[in-house]
Amino acid sequence: MTTVETATGESKTMVLNMGPQHPSTHGVLRVALEMDGETIVKAVPDLGYLHTGIEKSCEHKTYSQAITLTDRMDYLNPLGNNLVYCLAVEKLLGLEVPKRAQYIRVMMVELQRISSHLVWLGTHAIDMGAMSVFLYCFREREEILKIFERFAGQRMMTSYIRIGGLALEPPAGWRGMVGRFLKMMPSRVDDYETLLTENRIWLARLQNVGKIKLEEAIAYSMSGPTLRAAGLAHDNRKLFPYSSYEEFDFNIPTRTDSDCYGRYMIRVAEIRESLKIVEQAMAKITDQGPIRTDAPGIIPPEREKMKTEMEALIFHFKIFTEGFSPPPGDAYVTVESPRGELGCYIASDGSPKPLRCHFRAPSFVNLQALPRIIEGQLLADVIACIGTIDIVLGDVDR
Amino acid sequence: MPESDNQNNNVVAEQLRSWNAQSVSEVIEFHGETTIVVPRELLRVTAEYCRTNLQFNFLSDVTSLDRFPIEPRFEVNYHLVSIPNKMKLRLRTRVSGADPVVDSVVPVWPGAGWMEREVFDLMGIRFNGHPDLRRILLPDDWEGYPLRRDYPTEGFRDIPATFLPAFKKQ
Repeated sequence: MTTVETATGESKTMVLNMGPQHPSTHGVLRVALEMDGETIVKAVPDLGYLHTGIEKSCEHKTYSQAITLTDRMDYLNPLGNNLVYCLAVEKLLGLEVPKRAQYIRVMMVELQRISSHLVWLGTHAIDMGAMSVFLYCFREREEILKIFERFAGQRMMTSYIRIGGLALEPPAGWRGMVGRFLKMMPSRVDDYETLLTENRIWLARLQNVGKIKLEEAIAYSMSGPTLRAAGLAHDNRKLFPYSSYEEFDFNIPTRTDSDCYGRYMIRVAEIRESLKIVEQAMAKITDQGPIRTDAPGIIPPEREKMKTEMEALIFHFKIFTEGFSPPPGDAYVTVESPRGELGCYIASDGSPKPLRCHFRAPSFVNLQALPRIIEGQLLADVIACIGTIDIVLGDVDR
Repeated sequence: MPESDNQNNNVVAEQLRSWNAQSVSEVIEFHGETTIVVPRELLRVTAEYCRTNLQFNFLSDVTSLDRFPIEPRFEVNYHLVSIPNKMKLRLRTRVSGADPVVDSVVPVWPGAGWMEREVFDLMGIRFNGHPDLRRILLPDDWEGYPLRRDYPTEGFRDIPATFLPAFKKQ
């Protein structure tokens, strides 16, 4: 139990517990607030209510088995988690993923980014009191989840991105589905902007709330829209491109006001940029081609081959019972998740199970700055600040 | 891209050696990633030098590694990014299992605060000079350090689940 030290004797401040059960903490986050009236004097976050030991579990599973665990960390960005893990393992193995699979990965990860920002916008708006935006955002998110269900059979925890490529071929008719979504979405984003961007109540609640200086943001290792709102155009997709992002044409929205309103504007602009990337990816994806590299002993053989050829059967058996063993060494890969810099550090000792599998969670690191951001703010602004950092407790606690 | 990373980071190793020859005990290159192994005593000053003189202003992550039963048992890795120079670097220290203490880099990068707390919480490595070293993910009264290799995956806290049927089968 964390306790907030208060002054002895006649105490001017009150300690209020914003408990793990709270509709606006977006998960099980506990913040002990020491308040002087309505103003926050000190805030101590208490984490760990959603800690499930994913890293330890990954170390007791083979490399392919651990992919399903990665889905469940940042549960609004499962494809992004899959991607960062698979990129790290592919780096360890020195695998080259075919271009077609890379483009499909980019398309899926950008659709996931749109879906995550829609959840953020809906929940942030409902925290501030704008209840209709919540349902509109979730209505659009349904379309994305239907696309994921068609591709992978699963709406959220898809595990669609696998080591060496993808799990399955894109389904027949996928271009129609994604095309319809792309046609519908821009006008819907315009609707959200019409409702919120110049809304007097929205502006009053979000402008000049939750400011952080750029030097402090970099010193606290913040990343994602929180850092971009402070003025630094830092995006891993442009700085250290991965999975052929260098072939796509998109902008990085950046602002200098560094408050909740700036972060809102950036995330809405990022939805539009992601739509551009999905459109470009759709044009680049060919109808025929490999979806996984050819690496016998690491990538399982096709089922037809496995049923007829002896060698393929032996590979299949070895891969699914023992697993493959990467060479000893380690790899650290960072991708740009909707929340910021998501990283995966894998160390291998030459055995089929990882020696160490660690995930650098953007929500965990960004949340570190929460006490700095909400010091001196009013209690109602705390809700805005927690929402604007865009935390997902599965990511914070793992 | 990987080749230029290697060249850039060999430059970093050279710069560190020219500043203080003992700071670089080993340079490991693997798939375009450079790791510089730093002795434990020189970690804080090397980190300070990397941030101020080599512009590694962004600390991406602090991770720990347990190589039980190989000694030195623990490794602590610092993943650095230089945003102006577009470079990545990893600093590593190795500490023995008998004395898992490392200097904290919170004075260099305040963002290391929670990252080091997580390493302390789950791996049990103490950080000298950390402003607030206590458990972060596990309850404050938890005994044991779960991410260590000798900590079981099943059981209650650090007591293995000898009552489960799987154990009785032996």
